[in-house]
Amino acid sequence: MNPKSLILDADKCTSCLQCEMACSMEHEGTFNPARSRIKVFEFEHGARSIPYTCTQCEEAWCMKACPTDAISINQALGTKVIDESMCVGCKVCTMACPYGTINYNSASGKVTKCNLCDGDPKCVSACPTGAITYA
Amino acid sequence: MGWQNRILRVNLTDGSIREEPLVAQWAQQYLGARGLATKYLWEGMDPATDAMAPENMLIFATGPLTGTMASTGGRYTVVTKGPLTNAIACSNSGGKFGAELKLAGYDMLIVEGRSPKPVYLLIIDDKVELIDAGEYWGTTVWHTEETLKKVHKDPQIKVASIGVAGEQGVKYACIVNDLHRAAGRSGVGAVMGSKNLKAVAARGSRGVRMKDATAFLGACSSTQTKLAASPDREGLTKYGTNEMIDTMNEFGGLPTNNFREVQFEGTDNINPSAMVKANANGHVNLVTNKACFGCTIGCGRIAHIDKEHFSVRDRKEYWHASGGLEYETAYALGPVVGIDDIDALTFAGYMMNEHGMDPISFGVTLAAAMELYDLGLLDASKTDGIELKFGNVEALTIMAEKTGKQEGFGKELGLGSRLLCEKYGRPDLAMAVKGQEFAGYDSRALQGMGLGYATSNRGACHLKHDVFSEDMADQSGTGKAKPCKDSQDKIAMIDSTGVCLFTTAAWDTGEFLQLIHAACSTPSDPHGDWTSERLLQTGERIWNLERQFNLAAGLTKADDSLPPRLLNDPAPSGVAKGRVAELDKMLPEYYELRGWNADGIPTAETVSRLGL
Repeated sequence: MNPKSLILDADKCTSCLQCEMACSMEHEGTFNPARSRIKVFEFEHGARSIPYTCTQCEEAWCMKACPTDAISINQALGTKVIDESMCVGCKVCTMACPYGTINYNSASGKVTKCNLCDGDPKCVSACPTGAITYA
Repeated sequence: MGWQNRILRVNLTDGSIREEPLVAQWAQQYLGARGLATKYLWEGMDPATDAMAPENMLIFATGPLTGTMASTGGRYTVVTKGPLTNAIACSNSGGKFGAELKLAGYDMLIVEGRSPKPVYLLIIDDKVELIDAGEYWGTTVWHTEETLKKVHKDPQIKVASIGVAGEQGVKYACIVNDLHRAAGRSGVGAVMGSKNLKAVAARGSRGVRMKDATAFLGACSSTQTKLAASPDREGLTKYGTNEMIDTMNEFGGLPTNNFREVQFEGTDNINPSAMVKANANGHVNLVTNKACFGCTIGCGRIAHIDKEHFSVRDRKEYWHASGGLEYETAYALGPVVGIDDIDALTFAGYMMNEHGMDPISFGVTLAAAMELYDLGLLDASKTDGIELKFGNVEALTIMAEKTGKQEGFGKELGLGSRLLCEKYGRPDLAMAVKGQEFAGYDSRALQGMGLGYATSNRGACHLKHDVFSEDMADQSGTGKAKPCKDSQDKIAMIDSTGVCLFTTAAWDTGEFLQLIHAACSTPSDPHGDWTSERLLQTGERIWNLERQFNLAAGLTKADDSLPPRLLNDPAPSGVAKGRVAELDKMLPEYYELRGWNADGIPTAETVSRLGL
């Protein structure tokens, strides 16, 4: 059986950013959307709101690009996970990612990406409209 | 901690930018946002100062719950002295700008002085600078916001700006953020314009840290669950605030044709059902609903105008979606001027957002002009050849744009109803209190609303009290003073937390206590932990401080009044048919409950009890 995925339904998103706050609190200990692994983008004066995060690509270019092997696969969840002790902050992965969902954090000097909160994604429970599900 | 404990003070006269610690003792007494900014205003300026003078302070204030996961925790309040009322102004806005200011590390931005030339303020965390805004001056809110994001190469920058209306001192110019949310009332945008400040652009990545995140998340979760389960919340999500229009119309409280009538025959064309119904061209007005920062309600409407409509047929630049009708825009661009063309209302709403004007004050000022026209005191030679008749759709769309651009008769409409009606010799036709125009509720049908309008510190306002259920149940003025006073205090507290008043669809003081206690109680607080009593007394303290500001600004008991039409002319139809506003009965009772003397001045005992 394939691991579960985050399913993002843009039609249900109202751009409230509860997901970004839940994510930043889980991973950074603060309410800080700028440091969230999931991002909501608004278009057309707010007529379209699109939540977006790492797709956990089967063929993960970030992982292949990393020169220090700091990114590995969690087989059970299908996530590509960063070992911060090995990340040197070279940002090569951020260039390799076709979706822009692995990002450099200038505060820590490391890169960050979604790890599905180890199987309990906090953005899912935070979303008030059901735009983010995990199945 | 809910507070960042830092404020930013910018003096535009000398260009200085200073960071200061928040005065913690004031935060403990006034919370944040509306309350705390009022305290800073009171301590920082002479209330008798001219609203447009450099000495007026312009404060953008967040609350302890702004920028957090508390449902709707994205609000900020602009506090200043307002040019529409010459009284204290406190205009609250959603969108995402307020949260961004807080996330950049500031509880408050205080703007003083007047820049020698147009500037905008850029805040990127600790990096704060004033930048020449010459190329933005004379342009719209939408142009300014979109261009600033491009110039600074960051679509996530949040912008609060003014249009030409604010630059040229339209008395009800607002500050618009995130394209279609606004600190809308009392002319706060004109104050910003008087300071030569075109925009504030903010980007924050410092975040908001809570002292006990687990406890705070627990409070957020339980209060959110309660809000999610509420039928009133569900109504706001599904229909937006415009769900009120049918209720008010049936009740007979929907001001129509400058309050000559209280019911409007065209509501079926502009109500929430009309917003989702395809017209003859197959066009549907509503596109989607939209939330502000942290909001789990999502009452905002995004709409678009039929491309075949006369207002935009040759103007592709208005074919995109943008902020749509809410109850107050629907009322003030609709029934009060006798218009039921949903595309025209939506277009006029676009004009309000693009040029930065309060739709309530604009609509009611246009309604006053239409009555002057009807009485022959104005004619087409003065109104750029436009027939200002109730129901004239073109009069609405053309005048909305002319006022926004300050062209022709739009300059006179920019005066607001009080000055306009004085100019043409009929001050009684201005449907306003303290110079600020009424929202969409008639005081003859809703007596408690009338008392709230008369006593609101920022002039006529429907959001500073909540006597709605009492007013719907009983059309007399009896027993309205106490719920009016109590709700004013409670709302002053809610407005100072950083969340939206619409959470009261499901929340009462207990829910605010859960959130504030988790965010703000600390062992070092000399007042002890937050309690319900302390929250409500904080609200009462805020209300009385606003009152003191107004008294020091020169307002008196005479300003706690209603226009003669509402006091003398009986409601022509509806459940309150035959009634007038019973302010003379309610006001003395209200003063007594407030601990004010017969002239509406807080007694020494009241001042001392509240620690003012």
